[in-house]
Amino acid sequence: MTSPIPKSVTPASPVDQSLLYPSPYKEFWHAFAQNKGAVMGLAFMCLVVFCALFAPWVAPHDPSEQYRDFLLTPPVWLEGGTWQFILGTDELGRDLLSRLIQGARLSLLIGLSSVVMSLIPGILLGLLAGFFPNFIGPSIMRLMDVMLALPSLLLAVAIVAILGPGLINTVIAIAIVSLPSYVRLTRAAVMGELNRDYVTAARLAGASLPRLMFVTVLPNCMAPLIVQATLSFSSAILDAAALGFLGLGVQPPTPEWGTMLASARDYIERAWWVVSLPGLTILLSVLAINLMGDGLRDALDPKLKNAA
Amino acid sequence: MRLLPLRAALAAVILGAAGNLAAKPLVVCTEASPEGFDIVQYTTAVTADASAETVFNRLVDFKPGTTDIQPALAERWDISADGLTYTFHLREGVKFHTTDYFTPTRDFNADDVLWSLRRQLDPQHPWHDKNSVGYPYFESMAFKDLLKSVDKTDDHTVVITLTRPEAPFLRDMAMAFTSIYSAEYGDQLLKAGKTGDLNSKPIGTGAFIFQRYNKDAQVRFKANPDYFRGKPPADTLVFAIATDSNVRLQKLRANECQVALYPKPDDVPSIKTDPRLKVAEIEALVTGYIAMNTEHKYLSDVRVRKAINMAFDRQTHVDQLFGKGNALVGVNPYPPTMIGYNSDNQNPPHDLAKARELLKQAGVPEGTVITLFTRNGGGPTNPNPRLSAEMLQADLAKIGLKLDIRVMEWAEMLRRAKKGEADLVSTGWAGDNGDPDNFLSPLLSCDAAKTGENYARWCNSKFQELITRAREVIDNDERARLYAEALKVYDDDQPWISMAHPKMFTAMRDNVEGYVINPLTNNNFATTKVK
Amino acid sequence: MLSFIARRLGLLIPTFFGITLLTFALIRLIPGDPVEVMMGERRVDPEMHAQAMERLGLNKPLPVQYLDYVGKLAKGDLGESLRTRESVWSEFLTLFPATLELAFAALLFAGIVGLLAGVIAALKRGSLFDHGVMGISLAGYSMPIFWWGLILIMFFSVSLGWTPVSGRIDLLYDIEPKTGFMLIDTLLSDEEGAFKDAVMHLILPAIVLGTIPLAVIARMTRSSMLEVLREDYIRTARAKGLSPARVVFVHGLRNALIPVLTVFGLQVGTLLAGAVLTETIFSWPGIGKWLIEAIGARDYPVVQNGILLIACLVILVNFVVDILYGLANPRIRHQR
Repeated sequence: MTSPIPKSVTPASPVDQSLLYPSPYKEFWHAFAQNKGAVMGLAFMCLVVFCALFAPWVAPHDPSEQYRDFLLTPPVWLEGGTWQFILGTDELGRDLLSRLIQGARLSLLIGLSSVVMSLIPGILLGLLAGFFPNFIGPSIMRLMDVMLALPSLLLAVAIVAILGPGLINTVIAIAIVSLPSYVRLTRAAVMGELNRDYVTAARLAGASLPRLMFVTVLPNCMAPLIVQATLSFSSAILDAAALGFLGLGVQPPTPEWGTMLASARDYIERAWWVVSLPGLTILLSVLAINLMGDGLRDALDPKLKNAA
Repeated sequence: MRLLPLRAALAAVILGAAGNLAAKPLVVCTEASPEGFDIVQYTTAVTADASAETVFNRLVDFKPGTTDIQPALAERWDISADGLTYTFHLREGVKFHTTDYFTPTRDFNADDVLWSLRRQLDPQHPWHDKNSVGYPYFESMAFKDLLKSVDKTDDHTVVITLTRPEAPFLRDMAMAFTSIYSAEYGDQLLKAGKTGDLNSKPIGTGAFIFQRYNKDAQVRFKANPDYFRGKPPADTLVFAIATDSNVRLQKLRANECQVALYPKPDDVPSIKTDPRLKVAEIEALVTGYIAMNTEHKYLSDVRVRKAINMAFDRQTHVDQLFGKGNALVGVNPYPPTMIGYNSDNQNPPHDLAKARELLKQAGVPEGTVITLFTRNGGGPTNPNPRLSAEMLQADLAKIGLKLDIRVMEWAEMLRRAKKGEADLVSTGWAGDNGDPDNFLSPLLSCDAAKTGENYARWCNSKFQELITRAREVIDNDERARLYAEALKVYDDDQPWISMAHPKMFTAMRDNVEGYVINPLTNNNFATTKVK
Repeated sequence: MLSFIARRLGLLIPTFFGITLLTFALIRLIPGDPVEVMMGERRVDPEMHAQAMERLGLNKPLPVQYLDYVGKLAKGDLGESLRTRESVWSEFLTLFPATLELAFAALLFAGIVGLLAGVIAALKRGSLFDHGVMGISLAGYSMPIFWWGLILIMFFSVSLGWTPVSGRIDLLYDIEPKTGFMLIDTLLSDEEGAFKDAVMHLILPAIVLGTIPLAVIARMTRSSMLEVLREDYIRTARAKGLSPARVVFVHGLRNALIPVLTVFGLQVGTLLAGAVLTETIFSWPGIGKWLIEAIGARDYPVVQNGILLIACLVILVNFVVDILYGLANPRIRHQR
């Protein structure tokens, strides 16, 4: 006996179930957007990136132009300020706002290059350490322990002393100093994944070592690495600023935010804006990146999200 | 500021409790830690201030505020007619310090002079090898070759024989490295095997007795009641180490120190307007300059050097770097207060068109890059080398030259500059004894060009001949004439961009008296008191 | 347990050698030598230079110098500073208490405030306080520490005059450095008001140095506490009818503190690195400033051995934290 056919009929062709679920990217964005702080951070960083990309057109003046009649003018909202120099000028008469905008370029450049320079070797070494736990692994880890035992700033100072001050050498020094954390992280993630069934399956299927490393295991370890990369980005900016402050980092007249703070230290009583504004910019940028990093971590790893 | 009354009250309570209101310590804020107290081993001014000017004396001294010589441990002296023999008659009744680590059994006499000088001169002296790096000033002033012998004829007469006549010699004997130590103390330490103590527990005849050094924090001295010039008015002298000039100024304003050395020239106007503070200033014997490497391409052509000198806006540079009126624009290698200064020499007028013309004549293509080596921290001859460099860069861009600024750490810069790697070197020099030879020989002589401290690597035979003769002649007028001629040769060839002769400043509280600021940048507090 | 400790100790030795090699290589790679630095702009007599280098042992080939160095280390000889001729070990002992005192004060500040803030934020999850704590701690490790110090000085010392500007103690006091810890020395001395003065000098630097550890500890405590509070045994405790305070502090906090402990230990490294900048700003005479200046002066023994001593310290602290963690968490003890 057949049951009556219900009015709502399922279509004849089967629907592809995967189309009904949101794509991983959409899902990720949805989770990310839930975190208001992360979104604000993203918005601020977009502003910074915009400034960095279009600095020559956005900045009201040439950052290196010295207006010798307008030394140490206060910002526009203080007495003596002018709309010509919205955030005031520094000790050589250069427009602070233009220098800050130009400085965005440098800070982003430093952050990006140092992260890339330490991420790639870091992942490689971590993979090697994870895949060869008998001899190569422990040797690499001992080396990383040694590097981690030295205070990072001193190590960076020594490296810059060897290479000489300057932008590129600062990036190299920061990259070297941040290397150990990537290696450790990758190794831990790799060792966690190595025991999984899919890795064993791939091995049995005859995957070559490079394929195993980069195609099978690595993509599943990326989540903590991405989070670490954003955190490193922000510490790179802070480290570059610290080196600039000690006189060892980026050299003048390049307007890097930390270097601006170093020379501004002399004017702390007379012209506080030369001190406060670059520092504030560093704070806001690093804060924005960290907020984004938090949001990323929450979106990528739900387990962590519930705990935090 | 609210802090001031509280601190004053606290100070009053403590000092009242101590019972003696006159025993206020004199606190001086200095800019670095002394490296040690065995002054002959070191070259920095800060170490000399903390040892040579407090604990030690020399045979002769500079009159405060000048570079003239006055008797110190030597009461009078005779110079032989040929200028080769100097006989010093020593002062009697001078006592060495008594501390908890040493008690002298005799007064100062000729043995102490012999000990102090022979230690550096004679390789056989038991103390000669006792330190690791040698005697930098003794060596760099070539005293090893200059001094033939140091002898005594009796307990109060010392005879020094030279190998050649040397006009600046008496002035050299007022420099810190000729400080007189106690031979008795030296023997005591040698016997006990504690030769290192000479560096950490000094004994001398000076105005102040060493008490304690809290590393990187402060040095404490107490007044020497037996000082041969009279007990200093300050019962306790404290050197407070504050490396940041802002911190020194803040401490001065809070009366934590009564004297602050090396204030930034930028701060001087605000110090002058503060009723509780005052500033002592002097045209010091220092010069800031940029040496042009005369062995390098393009710069070997005097027209190019002249062009650069024409393009550099010296007056603006001096005004911005030091503040209006805080420095003299540099013309000659040394400032006007020394003999032989040639006032006929003038800086070329600031003329960009003419400069471009000269460059074209010399065949310098537009956009040629020249490198400038400079250090990354400020010093007394240049408070902000980066600023200097940037200003020169902007000026040279106007005549079609691109300046590549290479900032490096001081040690590395010295090394590479001495090797001749740089096109331009931004540096400075502080005089040691007020003699022109002290500027010209180390910086512009042919010898120095060979060894590298003559960063311009400039060797002009006429110049060299003139200064060699001036060094040997004793008559002052003759020397002045020779130096003036030498400076004319210098001016025609222009191996340097003379920048400035900065004034030296010392900031202090309004109630500080008896401090005399010195052109040689050393600081002595034997007569200073807080009212 | 013992084998765990032994295994950990075994790992220390190659690390130790690695550090000696690294610091040796690092400082030797920096161009320039100490004699040149000392002579400065003056003429360096080549003969004198050669003699000095020989006396300092710097003219031998590098591998020989390294072996000499390690040999001396084995005997406990850390060499002499090339600048002051004082033994590196005694210089370290003179200056280290200053840094230690500062670091200790900073950790105390960061620990107490951080733990409290983290626990309360976890308990009041989602509230304004929670968001405030998270926001402030995020700001805390986003800011350049030297800028923060300058701002605080500008505000509290220069404008308000509440705290002194720099140094460890007012110069009016002559305090004999018996232990090197200003707080103890002032108590031992008989100068009135010295102790209070020393405390006032310590406040601002401790806050500046402790800001980053504070942020990290607060966040870590909060997330760890939240994780623990979800556990079944907490639910059981609550169901049993225990008072909320007992649940939180006796059952919850003890377990939540374990990961915080590791963080605490790791902060030692951050503190020593941060000390350099803080010491510079506040003219605090500690080892951070000492080492930076030694690098500039090419004072090889000080750089090599100073960094070595700090690294040993960091390793020691990490080792102790490892052991404590192993004690607290049996799963770690029995791992491969």
